[in-house]
Amino acid sequence: MKSVIEILREIRPEFDFTTSDDFIADGMLDSFDVVTLVATMDKSFNISISGTEIVPENFKNLAAINELLLKSGARL
Amino acid sequence: MKFIHHRKRISGILAVVPARELSFVEDMKNFNFPEVRSLKLKEVMGYDKHRVVEPGVCVSDLAVFALNHLFERKLLLPDEIDALILVTQSPDYFMPPTSNVIQGRLKLKKQMFCMDINQGCAGFVIGLMQAFLLLEQESIRKVILINADVLSRKTSPRDRNSFPLVGDAASITIVERDSDDSVIHTMLMMDGTRSDALMIPAGGFRLPSSPETAILEDVGDNNLRAKDHLCMDGSGVFNFVQMEIPSLVGDLLKYGGATIDELDYFFFHQPNRFMLQKLADKIGVPHAKMPSNVVERFGNSSGVTIPITITSNLADRLVHEQFKVCLAGYGVGLTWSAMLMNLGKVNFNSLIEYK
Repeated sequence: MKSVIEILREIRPEFDFTTSDDFIADGMLDSFDVVTLVATMDKSFNISISGTEIVPENFKNLAAINELLLKSGARL
Repeated sequence: MKFIHHRKRISGILAVVPARELSFVEDMKNFNFPEVRSLKLKEVMGYDKHRVVEPGVCVSDLAVFALNHLFERKLLLPDEIDALILVTQSPDYFMPPTSNVIQGRLKLKKQMFCMDINQGCAGFVIGLMQAFLLLEQESIRKVILINADVLSRKTSPRDRNSFPLVGDAASITIVERDSDDSVIHTMLMMDGTRSDALMIPAGGFRLPSSPETAILEDVGDNNLRAKDHLCMDGSGVFNFVQMEIPSLVGDLLKYGGATIDELDYFFFHQPNRFMLQKLADKIGVPHAKMPSNVVERFGNSSGVTIPITITSNLADRLVHEQFKVCLAGYGVGLTWSAMLMNLGKVNFNSLIEYK
């Protein structure tokens, strides 16, 4: 199973996701990156993140993404 | 808002797509965007091929071609048409109505009701509702519903938000009275406070087209488009669909006294595969019951995607069999609508190419 940080690095290898608290505001993830991230996490964690949860605040930083994964039933 | 219609049926569907096919891999060359990210997008969203008209081809060209196809094969007789409803966002002219233009080009009878409806992705359900209402009149026995759009002509090839998914197409749906005691349930909602989520800002009377409105502007995410082009708030539309459609469908099923298991298919508007699969998961519909394979083959052609989904997924099966289906369209306006009906035993259900 890939970790979130590995998935993020695959999507945007040019950024260091450990140094930002707001991936969206810092321009590290755009809306299409978020879609790619959701699809990859769905597959990797064998879940289906609800479409209503696909809002910027849930993808702000690693803590928010981890919280979303837990809420969506992922085993971390 | 609830609607109920009795003794109405669809007796034939013909979809027409342009022969000209573009591919996402080729489109990518126009985007100021790394290829590897575009390819990921292709995989997730289902972008691949899309059909667009040659320069100069208009909605009435597609509609006249499709109706002549039916006339030549005697699947429809010109004199049978009592009403012609055209749902489009890309009319040939501001005036006259393009439905009248189609009537004139085909030399149809004058005892006829023609009307244009300016609607988009919810336009198939809305057009059907209007057809059912017209059929309450004794003088109207057969309504031709045309859904057609050529929005590729209003989309910036440099806009990754819109261009890879846009498709041009038309469909002809024959609507008439049903001798069976059929019941069709519909739910419809509109919210004009979010009307700027999908729009073409320039070209109307509010902001007429000018050399300034044709200038390509950087609108973020490396996308370039002009005010003359289709502008879509992709995230806003995605959230609108995920928030509103599951409850609309739930309310419709309750209203029609049906369950998900009883339904054979959910033929929904086709914006992209990701959005449809998320909708299916949220509503609890198996992916096999909600086809999401249209945008990758033909593109998103607004109100025509539901007929294309029906023709391309069922083809002749719809001539021999009957299905209980839920239709749903959502988009410009904002408008969202869903319909529960029996569909089948039609005279024809096919897809052809416009050349």
